[in-house]
Amino acid sequence: MYKVKTMKKRNRLIRKLEEQKKKAQKVFCAFLTLGYPSLAATSKLIESFEREGVDLIELGFPFSDPLADGPTIQFSSEWALRLGVKMQDAFQQVRDLRKKGVEIPIVFFSYLNPIHHYGIKRFVLDAKKAGFDGLIVPDCPPEEEKLLQKICCQEGLSQVFLVAPTTLKPRMKMIVRHSEGFIYYVSLRGVTGARKSLPIDIKRPLDFMRRQTNKPVLIGFGVSTPKQGRRLAKLSQGVIVGSAIIDHLRNSRGRLSPTVRFVRTLVNAVKKHG
Amino acid sequence: MKKRLPDQAGHFGIYGGRYVPETLMKALKELTEAYAFLRKDRSFKKELAGYLSTYAGRPTPVYEAKNLTRQFGKGRIFLKREDLCHTGAHKINNTIAQGLLAKRLGKTRIVAETGAGQHGVASATAACVFGLKCVVYMGDEDIHRQALNVYKMKMLGAEVRPVFSGSKTLKDATNEAIRDWVSNVEDTHYLLGSVVGPHPYPMMVRDFQSVIGEETRRFFEKECGKLPNYLVACVGGGSNAIGFFYPFLKNRNVKMIGVEAAGEGIRTRHHAASLMKGEVGILHGMKSYLLQDSEGQVQLAHSISAGLDYPSVGPEHAFLKDSGRVRYEPMTDRDAIEGFKLLTVTEGIMPALEPAHALGYLKSLMPKTKKSDMVAVCLSGRGDKDIDTIKRVLHV
Repeated sequence: MYKVKTMKKRNRLIRKLEEQKKKAQKVFCAFLTLGYPSLAATSKLIESFEREGVDLIELGFPFSDPLADGPTIQFSSEWALRLGVKMQDAFQQVRDLRKKGVEIPIVFFSYLNPIHHYGIKRFVLDAKKAGFDGLIVPDCPPEEEKLLQKICCQEGLSQVFLVAPTTLKPRMKMIVRHSEGFIYYVSLRGVTGARKSLPIDIKRPLDFMRRQTNKPVLIGFGVSTPKQGRRLAKLSQGVIVGSAIIDHLRNSRGRLSPTVRFVRTLVNAVKKHG
Repeated sequence: MKKRLPDQAGHFGIYGGRYVPETLMKALKELTEAYAFLRKDRSFKKELAGYLSTYAGRPTPVYEAKNLTRQFGKGRIFLKREDLCHTGAHKINNTIAQGLLAKRLGKTRIVAETGAGQHGVASATAACVFGLKCVVYMGDEDIHRQALNVYKMKMLGAEVRPVFSGSKTLKDATNEAIRDWVSNVEDTHYLLGSVVGPHPYPMMVRDFQSVIGEETRRFFEKECGKLPNYLVACVGGGSNAIGFFYPFLKNRNVKMIGVEAAGEGIRTRHHAASLMKGEVGILHGMKSYLLQDSEGQVQLAHSISAGLDYPSVGPEHAFLKDSGRVRYEPMTDRDAIEGFKLLTVTEGIMPALEPAHALGYLKSLMPKTKKSDMVAVCLSGRGDKDIDTIKRVLHV
């Protein structure tokens, strides 16, 4: 049905995931919006997160119409856009971090339009050159934009696809085959955003995917407390936390240290119980 | 047209497709399958036809506007009277059909987006008929601009949820409706109001609106013995235009013109001419022409008519533009007001500001026509909703 070419090139993301697997340790991925609360703060946070033992950074490039995001990330995106954040800023930031010796894998997250507008080939080449390792585009399923997949594969940028609770098994198989690096499991029906409780029945799809692939599955959407993080990490290979981190930044009025402390508790919860 | 469009995956050439979060893929697939079945299902077709004729007021007449024709002294002008539909515009064709479909799918709730409130009112009306719960998302800006329609929706039992994100207009209401659908996809149908969004919406809404063109075609075949030479319709998302054009696409000698809203002028930044001034982009689950800035962020559209105030356009229009089959022309707010005045004083018909753009275009088109030519204009809605706007502009 689909011809899938697997990526031959390796990158920081793949190496990190293999390393964690060898150590039998869970993966913790933190989401940040580029330019929230400022470009300088984003850089500082990435450095601090690396020191705290965060394994991956998902760096959100703001888009005017973030369809899959809840109020928190809508807010941070609008903020960043008001600051005038541009695609070149994303590349410059990561280039500078890499120069400083920051080696944490960074995955570019954005909607398709800014990427498409920049030029698909040009985007992949520039992102890779700047030091990005992966790509998540929530409004681009594996069926669309084959060119993006092809070039990502050639250049060694891991394009990660999402699996949702509504995804049926045959489709899950297809996505699992296409996803590079890891598989992003959306834990709930809905948009991103911190939730008090998480759905109960996520064990079955996770078991199914485990039988299909060796690629790690990370759970995201709605993970907001260390306790939830721990529970979900037990069911998978790791978790992704986004809105809860942005909420913390929003509530600590410009100071970054409370957020770094919060991330530390998340890292501990996820990893110590791996 | 050699092949039927869209293809299996909903592409019109490079346009269309399904650019949505994974959570929605299952619902879109289900909807596509259900629609593929129901479009051929006799009982569904019969039930729909029944509602359209006895409830929505179809078929709507085609009126030969002789006074208007005399104004130009050239070709004969005909008006397809969609303004006579129940709720005052063509929107009801689509909402009745999708309401029926939602019921067949076993959904108990519909969500809809609305700009001017026309589609919101038509959705609330359909929800009423079919006993569905209805939530309408509307930008906070628009809620203030269109108070009357908000009141109507509430009277019809719909819940109107204000949207405060982004520009607080139609595009943000659409985002919010999709977000609601992502969260409640099991029991909810998304009643999209135009030929935009992910597959199968552009195809399905086109099919439901094609009744406009089919009736027009029958009229000309029967009453005039030949097809019209020109079809003119306004294009925002483009549902009335595609419904009007579609049954004529194969007839090469029927020329078609889609009229876009040029707002304060296409040289300013305040317009909604996505086909003329936009670039290929992705918004609301489809690839089409899109008004965007140099960074690929979506730009705000502007038009005096809220129904055309959308930064993108249906993917089939994008395809028809590229193929050259349909010509798209921009008309400014001022042209639209002129069109409104013209039809009102010559024929005693107050058009909505959307089709007023199409009427405004007649002053460019008519001088080029021959006396024997026939021009059909889709009068997609009536002007009551725009009275306040017009009062403000004309100081009457």
